[in-house]
Amino acid sequence: MIKRFAVILLLLGIGAIFTGLMVNYVPDKALNVTARYYAEQTAPDLGAANIVTAIIVTYRGLDTLGEVTVLFLTAAIVGLVLARGSSDEAPARRDLPPPGELLLTGTRLLLPLILLFGAYVFTHGHLTPGGGFQGGAIIASGMLLMLLSHPLRRFGHRLIAIVESIAGLAFVGIGVLGIALAGGFLDNRILPLGTFGELFSAGAIPIIYTFVGLKVGAEFSSMLVNLSETEDL
Amino acid sequence: MDLIAMATGFLLILIGLFGALTNRNILRMIVAFAVANTGVNLVLVSVGYMTGRTAPILDSAVPVAEATARVIDPVPQALVLTAIVIGVGVTALMLAYAYRLFKTRGTLDISRYTDLKW
Repeated sequence: MIKRFAVILLLLGIGAIFTGLMVNYVPDKALNVTARYYAEQTAPDLGAANIVTAIIVTYRGLDTLGEVTVLFLTAAIVGLVLARGSSDEAPARRDLPPPGELLLTGTRLLLPLILLFGAYVFTHGHLTPGGGFQGGAIIASGMLLMLLSHPLRRFGHRLIAIVESIAGLAFVGIGVLGIALAGGFLDNRILPLGTFGELFSAGAIPIIYTFVGLKVGAEFSSMLVNLSETEDL
Repeated sequence: MDLIAMATGFLLILIGLFGALTNRNILRMIVAFAVANTGVNLVLVSVGYMTGRTAPILDSAVPVAEATARVIDPVPQALVLTAIVIGVGVTALMLAYAYRLFKTRGTLDISRYTDLKW
């Protein structure tokens, strides 16, 4: 009882701080210096229509590389933590109820569309609200659908690992090419900027985001596969 | 009324913290942390919002020349995109550890884990 009381007291304190923050919050009337620079310079400098993508892939591209690395580490640790548990004993196959006609047919119908949509989202990251992370998550959701409809099927960890490694290496390789051919690491101007607003524009941004999408999709898929394979205990 | 997104975000943070502090089941705590994480993201996005402006994507509706007057702050959005991805990673890690804990101890009740308690 006293514990619950302490928790409520603590939350009331934090809530008071939040209320103070919100009451005194005045929204900006104009863009601040950083945001104005991005809004003005993105189109002439990088040729990308989506300013958020330009920030993530080019202006702060190094941070994105770090983010992808964190995601890779997470997937690796999830694999490590879960793999040890299942190697102790031979996987005893449970008898699962069949997934059902609706799920099976739905998967067969939807899976290609989901994969296509994921690829669309990550190749159009410089034009539309989307990009590698979103597209990768969509592809992983297709993977989840496949895992749900065939819960006992084993997926090739090797294929996922190969896609992930190649995408990661290509991401870093394009970044290094930027040092050699353009202004610096992960500079997108190693390719011509093209016509503003078309698919083949914005230099290397669509290519980098495609690799990011493949890598994120592979990492999320490996997490899902690892988590689902623990079920046969 | 402009601050409704920010208020929702702060409320989600409080709900998440309440859930994480009062629940004894590790899985429920993980869900509560995910809720709090969503609240933080919502607050961050709402800081970059400006009334009457549109998304930071330049097309026929927002010509390049008018960009500074028409778009909202893109920096918090880029930040939140990163935060969401890292949040997914943290949730996956917590779930994996919860699974290992359950396998070794056979319980998900946090009050049964007294190793680090003094």
